[in-house]
Amino acid sequence: MRATPRLLHPAAWWLWALALAYSSMRTNDPLLLLTIAAVAAVVVGARRGRAPWARAYGLLLRLALLTVVVTVLLQVVLGARYPGHTLFTLPAVPLPSWLGGLSLGGPITGEAVLNAFVSGLRLAVLITCFGAANALAHPARLTRILPAALYEVGVAVVVAMTFVPQLAESLVRVRSAQRLRGRAISGLRGIRGVAVPVLEEALERAIALAASMDSRGYGRRAHLPSTTRRLSGAGVLIGLGAAVVGTYQVISASGGNRIAVMLLCGGTGLAAVAGFVAGRRVRRTRYRPDPWRGPEWLVVCCGGVVALTYVLTVHDELTLGVPYAWPTLRLVPFLATLIGALPAVATPDVPSATPRVAKPALA
Amino acid sequence: MIDFENVSITYGDSPRPVLDDVSVHVPEGELCLVVGSTGSGKSTLLGAVNGLVPHFTGGTVSGHVRIAGRDTRDHPPRELADIVGVVGQNPAATFVADTVEDELAWTMESLAVAPDVMRRRVEDVLDLLGLADLRARSVTSLSGGQAQRVAIGAVLTANPRVLVLDEPTSALDPAAAEDVLAAVHRLVHDLGLTVLMAEHRLERVVQHADTLLWLPGDGTLERDTPRRIMQRTTSTPPIVTLARAAGWDPLPLTVRDARAPARELRDRLPAEPVAADAAPLGSAVATAQALTVRYGPLTALREITLSVRAGEIVALMGRNGAGKSTLLGALCGLVRPSAGTVRLGGTDPRQLRGRDLTRHVGVVPQQPGDLLYGDTVAEECRTADRETGAVPGTAAAVLRRLAGPVEPDLHPRDLSEGQRLCLALAVVLTARPPLLLLDEPTRGLDYPAKVRLVTTLRELAAEGHAVVLATHDVELAAEASVRTVVLADGDVVADGASRAVVTQSPVFAPQIAKVLAPLPYLTVADVLRSAPELIP
Repeated sequence: MRATPRLLHPAAWWLWALALAYSSMRTNDPLLLLTIAAVAAVVVGARRGRAPWARAYGLLLRLALLTVVVTVLLQVVLGARYPGHTLFTLPAVPLPSWLGGLSLGGPITGEAVLNAFVSGLRLAVLITCFGAANALAHPARLTRILPAALYEVGVAVVVAMTFVPQLAESLVRVRSAQRLRGRAISGLRGIRGVAVPVLEEALERAIALAASMDSRGYGRRAHLPSTTRRLSGAGVLIGLGAAVVGTYQVISASGGNRIAVMLLCGGTGLAAVAGFVAGRRVRRTRYRPDPWRGPEWLVVCCGGVVALTYVLTVHDELTLGVPYAWPTLRLVPFLATLIGALPAVATPDVPSATPRVAKPALA
Repeated sequence: MIDFENVSITYGDSPRPVLDDVSVHVPEGELCLVVGSTGSGKSTLLGAVNGLVPHFTGGTVSGHVRIAGRDTRDHPPRELADIVGVVGQNPAATFVADTVEDELAWTMESLAVAPDVMRRRVEDVLDLLGLADLRARSVTSLSGGQAQRVAIGAVLTANPRVLVLDEPTSALDPAAAEDVLAAVHRLVHDLGLTVLMAEHRLERVVQHADTLLWLPGDGTLERDTPRRIMQRTTSTPPIVTLARAAGWDPLPLTVRDARAPARELRDRLPAEPVAADAAPLGSAVATAQALTVRYGPLTALREITLSVRAGEIVALMGRNGAGKSTLLGALCGLVRPSAGTVRLGGTDPRQLRGRDLTRHVGVVPQQPGDLLYGDTVAEECRTADRETGAVPGTAAAVLRRLAGPVEPDLHPRDLSEGQRLCLALAVVLTARPPLLLLDEPTRGLDYPAKVRLVTTLRELAAEGHAVVLATHDVELAAEASVRTVVLADGDVVADGASRAVVTQSPVFAPQIAKVLAPLPYLTVADVLRSAPELIP
């Protein structure tokens, strides 16, 4: 029996991607890292939405690849020297000692290249995990599940995001217009000629949007006493701040300690209570909220299994380098990572939508 | 439903109020059209209805504006959202959600409507406005007419009793405009909504209106039946212009109403109208040979062969997305042909840069402001002189000829639409290009500005410029062009003398052609020129 096509709850995909990203941060084994990236790609290929934003995934993949290449190149040209197997030697330029061990050129060892590759790869996998979450569930859909207190911040972020493609569009238009006036587009005057109209248009658009949102009832509120309002606002900020510091302490290499855990729990609790109080001001309802059913649990559990396996079985010394040898495949985390790809087949298909047809515009 | 009581509105330190002691009452269930020339205060009047003026725009308002009893003095726009729905001039820029369905629900979410009611109303509005097929579409992928209907639907879901529309059809092709107006018509007649609408294209909307609010431009306002106002305003659609010249009474507003009194005129007019003095045609200034343009899987132009001669005014028509803008882009070298060639006087426009390009072709884009970046009109003109190597003062002189006196210290953004178009045109004409391309030049222009534009284009053609204008405005095409090219889906479906092409098509025929069919008359000027004795 095939499940009815539908989009899964956005939070499920983001939790799943977060679990993959967390797992990738625990290892410097290139085989495992590549497996994680492949798993993310398989799921994106099978379950990404048909909307335009989903196409940003390809762009992020290219960015990830570029990260690896740049890291390796930087290491070769400018990195600290590793002792080991020399691959080739570049002419060395001595740099003053206050640059802290940086050197230009010199013998390039296989260890140096391998370590640069792995650290670049870790960053790249992190980018692909983010790209996967973005392709599977647009961040705008996440705002729909935000608590009422954060709703307005969420809308501001989403609106800001829609401005980026619009800005790009007007940039193209204004640039062609400048060309039609026979004007050079490079140079300081050229930049001014392009930037001024583009920014003016963005500003006009922002004002029109604000007027429209105001006319459509955005920002209607129930009355709350001003002290309650201020206290709850401060509570949300302090609580979130404490939670962030706590989270950092818990996951950072130094390892968790009791204060960090207390910070995390206390901060989250404070933010939740204050958010609830503040949320009473915002009166709004939700249209067709995304349901949370079996497939959502499945997605989150698949991510959870991967993350848990990594916590239990992968104890890589991230600060030490990677041994200069062909890595051996660690079977348990490898198989666990494959479980992360299960949502590609075990979740309902995405509903089809008519594809977007790009409309070319003159100038 | 809408009550203005001694309302005066003044912006900033302007000495003259935009609206001066205006009192008017618009009863429930009326479709009320706001008319007046550019700058007469139409947008201010519309903005005052839901309190955007002055809560959002600033300015001083005296008197009272009441909507269903709620005074805008005590209710900011968001507190009126359940009574008044407002759709602005550029609906696509005001979308907040990412799919059509979510956009429709967004207003209701802000108003805290119960979920089951929301679900029902979204379905109702989808049906009411014919949007059901679009529900899952991304709002960025909509065409102009669809975006306009979604924007109307998005405020309609809040169940407002008043709908305010600012130029809902200005940017649309004739068919899409019909869709939008049919939807508005249904809202008024089936749901009893009160609609307040501003629109320059009177020929499209005046027959739908129950009453007109006329802003003569001196701060006063008059409310009367369309017939009585049309008898007196300076801005009139072609049918009314003809009827007033011929002295028909009662004044016809639709083609059907005008056919009967026009019978006598049709019988007595000569079978062929006396043609206007057209400029003599010179050699070809632009040619396209088997021009094909593809964007990915989409073919925008398919093997177009076309040549434009000096002194010719060509109207390029067709629905949105038919390839008009792409063809203009290819003619000026912005768009790379996938196959075929484009030549401007023997050169490939793709090879031209800087001054060489401006000397071959001048382009006024859809948003003329894109061409301008000076801080003042005077600076813009000086830059144009310097960049084209013209004698200082040339651009300013061209501008004076096109637009009359324009305050030189104004910022280009503060000019009216018509003046900004003229400034862009002046900047482009300073280089004296043999070929002039205009994309949708009449967007936001009132009738007097359009008349000036037509005169200007004719003069330019007489001086030997070739003009190509892409437009949805059938009246402009009929007035200005001698040749019409109709594009559909990337193909040329008609190419010939405007008189022949336009009279054969019900979509592109101007009002006068429909009234006087089967006679091939296109404009009031045609009638006056051919039979001055018939018009008293």
